[in-house]
Amino acid sequence: MSLTLASNPPLRLHWHWAWLTPLVLFMAVMAGTSIGETSIPMDTIFKVLANQLWGAGYAVDRIDAGIIWNYRLSRAILAGCCGAGLALAGVVLQALLRNPLADPFLMGISAGASTGAVAVTIAGLGAGAVTLSLGAFAGAGLAFALVVLLAHAAGSGTGGGRGTQAAGAIILAGIAGSQLFNALTAFIIARSASAEQARGIMFWLMGNLSGVRWDDVRLGLPAAFAGLLVCLWHRRALDAFTFGADSAASLGIPVRRVRGMLIASMALVTAVMVSMVGAIGFVGLVIPHAMRFIVGSRHTRLVPASALAGAVFLIGADIISRIIVPGQVLPIGVVTALVGAPAFAVILIRGSRVR
Amino acid sequence: MRLSADHIDWTVHGHRLLDGVSLAVEPGETFGLIGPNGSGKTTLLRVLAGLRKPKRGRVLIDDQPMYAMPQRDIARTIAFVEQQAETLDRIVVREAVALGRTPFLTALQPWSEHDDAIVSRALHDVGMAHLAERLWHTLSGGERQRVHIARALAQQPRILLLDEPTNHLDIRHQLSILQLVERLPVTVVIALHDLNQAMACDRIGVMEAGRLVDIGPPERVLTVDRLRRTFGVQADFLDDPGDQGRILRFRHAL
Repeated sequence: MSLTLASNPPLRLHWHWAWLTPLVLFMAVMAGTSIGETSIPMDTIFKVLANQLWGAGYAVDRIDAGIIWNYRLSRAILAGCCGAGLALAGVVLQALLRNPLADPFLMGISAGASTGAVAVTIAGLGAGAVTLSLGAFAGAGLAFALVVLLAHAAGSGTGGGRGTQAAGAIILAGIAGSQLFNALTAFIIARSASAEQARGIMFWLMGNLSGVRWDDVRLGLPAAFAGLLVCLWHRRALDAFTFGADSAASLGIPVRRVRGMLIASMALVTAVMVSMVGAIGFVGLVIPHAMRFIVGSRHTRLVPASALAGAVFLIGADIISRIIVPGQVLPIGVVTALVGAPAFAVILIRGSRVR
Repeated sequence: MRLSADHIDWTVHGHRLLDGVSLAVEPGETFGLIGPNGSGKTTLLRVLAGLRKPKRGRVLIDDQPMYAMPQRDIARTIAFVEQQAETLDRIVVREAVALGRTPFLTALQPWSEHDDAIVSRALHDVGMAHLAERLWHTLSGGERQRVHIARALAQQPRILLLDEPTNHLDIRHQLSILQLVERLPVTVVIALHDLNQAMACDRIGVMEAGRLVDIGPPERVLTVDRLRRTFGVQADFLDDPGDQGRILRFRHAL
């Protein structure tokens, strides 16, 4: 279970590097907009942006303009939001539960979202009045509520090491809840889905950014920023959990309130992201570990670094998913796992060598 | 600052871990808690530290009930060193000690030079200043315990609670930690396993099955009869010809 990665002191990244953040994000989004099945030159992108944002009136190809504005730009921005949100949720859950394997989907959110999605699309719940996203969001919320109730029932009345046992109860309740909702999803698919529907839903479960429009960005961008602000505001509280929940309490953190609030808000951010683009795995697990390796474990650095890295990683993964197989878009979850797993392995091996 | 407990009860799954415990620790005093395994020393310390709210009874800081105080205010008064607190995070010693400033910082208030000075002072006090940049997982058990104590000192507490701080340490580190604690100008409540070490406290309290069965100066409380009844051992007192101190010599278990 030891993911203590290296023995050299964490790299000192100083605050004067912070100005790079918007630049890196901007470049990632530009790359996401430019690269694709048809490559679009940068100057065309800038012209389209100028036309859209302040009506500059440059002459550009209408098809290019449509691809850039309606399709790729919104998609790249939302990919960034999802990456940042999922990475932040990973940071918070790993810090609070003191478990290196914690990730945003631990609380049953992805399982609940998929149940909600199949309930709407295949079982026909809501009779067409409910969108897939709304169904997924409701499913995620329901699963989260169930997991919290279960964790509460299992964790109450315990004695010594309240913090540790509560963390254990949350993890076990999350596993039980996820299994239950995965079983429900499988049940609905097996009972009533056609082969075509089953394939479609599998695509969605692995993460799908192809349906993204500006409306999604209008929801995803505030969610990601709210998540970032909540984490930054509580950065010292997150640090205080370094030696466990009891230690945090003796450092003056109202553990129950802070932990409940942070987990609930990260669950909300995750549910918003998952309901739009499906359950994209690996980002929330790997990015926080990789960033701990680079900037250290203090959340003043870790939180912004993880948000940035998650955003850039997912924009990059989306680019790869669009170009790696000509004429076909892979589910982005396949790419994040294919890229993320070896990258993670390299970090682990390097870490153990340095030690 | 006076820390007192008033008829504390603590029950878990029908097991009574604390049963009507009352005690008052006077300002500046070093108070030792002794008792066999499972007698409730750790539970009592957790209650005194404000980590547990007892089912019945209350804890007072001076004359103020602890449970009316925000957790942050408690942490500005009381620091607690747990028996074993570990982490997998890659943090250096200085960062671990800096956590002690948490109750004095807010989200908008930045880390100041004043905080830096307090952390340096705490590191110096436990003799860890030269290891300030070492990573946590490269430290030995004794060094980790010192860092935990330094973190507690960085809280600048009026009352310091220590749960068997000498556990798992070699004899040199045991003695140096006890000397360190003795020198601190704060009220100390310390749970101890080594009864000879407990003799150095101003007063000691004896825990037995969740009850505090005796309180007083060590020479009055620690008697051959007490050791037989509470700890189940046959022991004798020997006089040290060097400094006239009394030493416990344990003969056999009963």
